[in-house]
Amino acid sequence: MYEYSEADHAFLAERNRQFRAQVERRVDGSLTEEEFKPLRLMNGLYLQLHAYMLRVAIPYGTLSSDQLRKLAEIAERWDKGYGHFTTRQNIQFNWPRLRDVPDMLDALAEVGLHAIQTSGNTIRNVTADHFAGAAADEVADPRPHAELLRQWSTDHPEFQFLPRKFKIAVTGSAADRAVIRAHDIGLELREKDGKIGFRVLVGGGLGRTPMIGKVLRDWLPEADLLPYCEAIVSVYNLLGRRDNKYKARIKITVHEHGIEEISRLVEERFALIRPAFRGADRTLLNRIRAMFAPPEWADLPVPPLPDDPGLRAWADVNVASHRNPGYAIVTVSLKKHGATPGDATAGQMRVLADLAARYAHDELRISHEQNVVLPHVHRAHLAAVHAALKAADLATANVGLASDIIACPGMDYCALATARSIPVAQGIAERIEALRIERDVGELQIKISGCINACGHHHVGHIGILGLDRAGVENYQITLGGSAGPDAAIGERAGPGFAYDEIVPAVERLLTAYLALREEPGERFVDAYRRLGPAPFKAALYPEAARDAA
Amino acid sequence: MPRAFAAKVLTANDLLEGDVVYLAADDRWVRDHREAELLEDEAVAEDRLLYAESRAAEVVGPYLADARGGPDGPEPIHFREAFRTRGPSNYPHGKQADV
Repeated sequence: MYEYSEADHAFLAERNRQFRAQVERRVDGSLTEEEFKPLRLMNGLYLQLHAYMLRVAIPYGTLSSDQLRKLAEIAERWDKGYGHFTTRQNIQFNWPRLRDVPDMLDALAEVGLHAIQTSGNTIRNVTADHFAGAAADEVADPRPHAELLRQWSTDHPEFQFLPRKFKIAVTGSAADRAVIRAHDIGLELREKDGKIGFRVLVGGGLGRTPMIGKVLRDWLPEADLLPYCEAIVSVYNLLGRRDNKYKARIKITVHEHGIEEISRLVEERFALIRPAFRGADRTLLNRIRAMFAPPEWADLPVPPLPDDPGLRAWADVNVASHRNPGYAIVTVSLKKHGATPGDATAGQMRVLADLAARYAHDELRISHEQNVVLPHVHRAHLAAVHAALKAADLATANVGLASDIIACPGMDYCALATARSIPVAQGIAERIEALRIERDVGELQIKISGCINACGHHHVGHIGILGLDRAGVENYQITLGGSAGPDAAIGERAGPGFAYDEIVPAVERLLTAYLALREEPGERFVDAYRRLGPAPFKAALYPEAARDAA
Repeated sequence: MPRAFAAKVLTANDLLEGDVVYLAADDRWVRDHREAELLEDEAVAEDRLLYAESRAAEVVGPYLADARGGPDGPEPIHFREAFRTRGPSNYPHGKQADV
């Protein structure tokens, strides 16, 4: 893992000292809210519906056990004893008091964490495949590149006031667990002739105008990563629209100018600035890469899993293949049926930190699916890890299944939301559990957003749900057939929305229809949808309309 | 014909705590929607908004929200404002903890 240098610590200490003084000046009246708001947002402090919210960046979703213990301490000391993991691999504290935030930031700095650029029109937290460094299918660990990008983009003087926010995701695997096609820049590590490079996508994004990223370069040599990304962001900084915030993201710039013109401008800029990158970036990358060396793998015998149905069921869905056959990747679900997706109590965070220290080479990951990953667990320890998770109420066996729902905070917390997300996710998960159909339904991605900004990724859900305000009443639109992986697709709107108390039964009808329509148990929901088209699913959602048409 | 003015309450978030507050008739910031001043005259409402904006050392983002009179005091009309009177639906961490 990356270790902060003295310069990193000094930068953070100075930045926190500045913010502490800014808070004092706001409290004593020297700063107006108009003056203070951009300063607090630059430090990740939002004002939400019921309280302030501090959004802390978890770079490329990687945490050490010490860092997670510190997050637990912060949750307990300055918040309400829990934290919320987000779809951008961040953590949000929902109840901080203004005067406490400088102390919270100082506590974060002790373990090399901060909240810088978790808001504003800047380059946000660089995200990565949550199985990075552990996956059996990756070309290379993408985290050194993500760390290089983080250092380049943090406090970058040219990119503090972009037309709009800017999100970069990196994956080392063609399987794309990082949703790179829905990011402003998506980077996929590839190998060609024994060398590492990138496929570069640009202009993906969800929100009001969802778009799948387009290939800007099919092959970019590894050494050109920073100058090429700088060229892209420079072109966007000049060309991106500042007259209309809804048309300001790079996806609109690419759409309006065309990928060919954007490519021409980027290549022109790249040729101009590339000579200025004289190798310091590559030297730094090598230094960073050394910090991400694989752990020393234990060479233990692998006993068969005990004959415990609960353990077997959990291992079936929550355990993935590791690059080392003796090891496994354990995904810890934060989606217990009826719980708030992505929330972990301070006690649960400490259990996870202890498990990481004892069984996972001191590493954890936060996934964009709002779960926690123990990336390196020897198979000999799976039963012990499961037992400890079970004791902490963290052994829900539903990763990748229907109740592993992504949900944004929605109108229970978010000031931008137009409807609630959390109780809808809770209701669907509880219903699925009551029906006992989850295993039968199999892989299914349900994603819920509480407004058009799409933090819950509803556009790329196999079943997407968008909460809206229709004439003063919560209303939920369903989209079908979206996908977040390498076959990324934007879901199609199914029809009129559903009232709050109708949305769970509507999803149940969809699942019942799918079970009747699929060709065989292995055919996933999204594959059945692609084969059959929307008609039979719409008929299930709107049975009265189907009867009228008959 | 111009639309009739809908009654309002004046609401904001507390600067230090961040929680939801309402302006009472005696100029106090109160936490309970039912203690808010119900503003039934548009000119008075606008005047109260200007007054609230002058108290920027205490609150953030004051605005007028639709409300109606009820047996125990003003009641919110829009569901967003109803949620603000209570707190989130997933935990009793908001005002509902005090009710």
